Amino acid sequence: MSVRIAAALVQVMAFCALSTFANAADKAPRSGIEYASAELRAMQADDFANPGMLWVARGEKLWNAPAGRDRRSCAGCHGAAEKSLRGAATRYPQTDRASGRFLNLEGRINQCRSERQDAGVLSYESEELLALTAYVAHQSRGLPVAVVIEDSDRERLTRGREIYYRRQGQMNLACTHCHEQNAGKRLLAETISEGHGNAYPIYRLEWQTAGSLHRRLRACYFGIRAERPPFGSDDLLNLELFLADRAKGLTVETPGVRR
Amino acid sequence: MVARVQLPASCRAGEIITVRLVIQHPMETGFRYDVRGNRVEKNVISQLTCRYNEVEIFRAEMGSGIAANPFLQFHTIARQSGDLVFEWVDDRGVRGEERARLLVTEA
Amino acid sequence: MTGKHIARRSLLKWLSGLFCLSAFPLRAQLADTLSARVDELTGGQTVTTGRVVVDTPRLADNGHSVPMRLSVDSPMTAQDHVRSITLLSPRNPRALMARFYLGASAGRAEIVTRVRLNGTQTVLAIAEMSDGTFWSGTAEVEVTESACLDAG
Repeated sequence: MSVRIAAALVQVMAFCALSTFANAADKAPRSGIEYASAELRAMQADDFANPGMLWVARGEKLWNAPAGRDRRSCAGCHGAAEKSLRGAATRYPQTDRASGRFLNLEGRINQCRSERQDAGVLSYESEELLALTAYVAHQSRGLPVAVVIEDSDRERLTRGREIYYRRQGQMNLACTHCHEQNAGKRLLAETISEGHGNAYPIYRLEWQTAGSLHRRLRACYFGIRAERPPFGSDDLLNLELFLADRAKGLTVETPGVRR
Repeated sequence: MVARVQLPASCRAGEIITVRLVIQHPMETGFRYDVRGNRVEKNVISQLTCRYNEVEIFRAEMGSGIAANPFLQFHTIARQSGDLVFEWVDDRGVRGEERARLLVTEA
Repeated sequence: MTGKHIARRSLLKWLSGLFCLSAFPLRAQLADTLSARVDELTGGQTVTTGRVVVDTPRLADNGHSVPMRLSVDSPMTAQDHVRSITLLSPRNPRALMARFYLGASAGRAEIVTRVRLNGTQTVLAIAEMSDGTFWSGTAEVEVTESACLDAG
């Protein structure tokens, strides 16, 4: 009994210590769009000018299209996405109770496709997966990020946090060096944001197309000249969980527009 | 090709209205290289027209200097209710079309 | 480059900027790169600076997509309207960026689009009027490289 109490105490203390360390800045998070230029803000705010909405439009078509062996559409089970999926994206990434798999939105969509529609798995950055992910996340636009860290996810959160604060790559930098310690400051002609994931998938001007959070994270890894973890890898999923936890207080903006 | 058109919900005859169009298209410049180091061939939407009740009201000749997923906004004088028909073709000869109905009430 | 050279170049640039007043024909202001292109468009005719406004951010977020509004001061009547607006770049690999055809039915000579700019430059827009005259406007845009290179 006392061993369990001691273990629980240690766990609580460690959690508090890490939380304090993590909330070193201890300010309310600000979305990347707040660090963006007036032009970018206008582009994101205008649903017609926002190029990301092209993917949302495509996603809506795919949502309603028959897929897989039994020609079953997403709508066939979920009905109208505006109703059934409103708020869903705010709670990702999460562990799927049935399968025990830790899934982000892309993973959940692919799980549905392969297990319930008997349709093929969609690759990261494919038009279809970007469109469906954008459409689903868009249903939560305006809602606060509300990821729930279950006990089973604590380990992943810790790992994600550890990656965030670890120096990596030839430049020997950690995420925190730019996105916490220097958020709001300039890097060449650009203003560094806090690096939140609340607007993904985004339309990135640099990519000239829409892309996922994992694509953006890999780009950051490249930025510091570190080896890039594969799309959908545990490292990126754990980081995604940490980022979602860190973004609590922000609202979903999908589809975001970034430079 | 996914494309979207935006017109006012309704307007009066004689009013100058705003017409907006956005098309999902890479507007490939021909100067980029793929992961294998091969040049990606140029492919842009080169010709685009807009007809309003069969009459051409706008035409664009575009090159790689227009950004990917081209966005166009222009104006026209509303006359009678009718269709605005956009047609375009890219360097590969792939054609696209989008229509939208404009509702015009009497002045 | 020494400080003295920079100062001299800046002074020359400032002086030549002063010289390029709107009353002067476009030719006097153009870099050689675009003169030939403009002549192709106008058939050698004079282009007068004015009536055309190129509205675009002073500092582009990213050269891949820069919002741009082209507007021409014109009554847009059957007798007096804009036939076309041509967009030229002195620095892009292809100088001719786009040409938009309007007409009196437009009601207003204004186009908004998003362009690609291959580096800091002064973009040139030339409007052809229904009376056969040509008018122009320019805009300077700073375009920088992405701070953190993205391998895709």
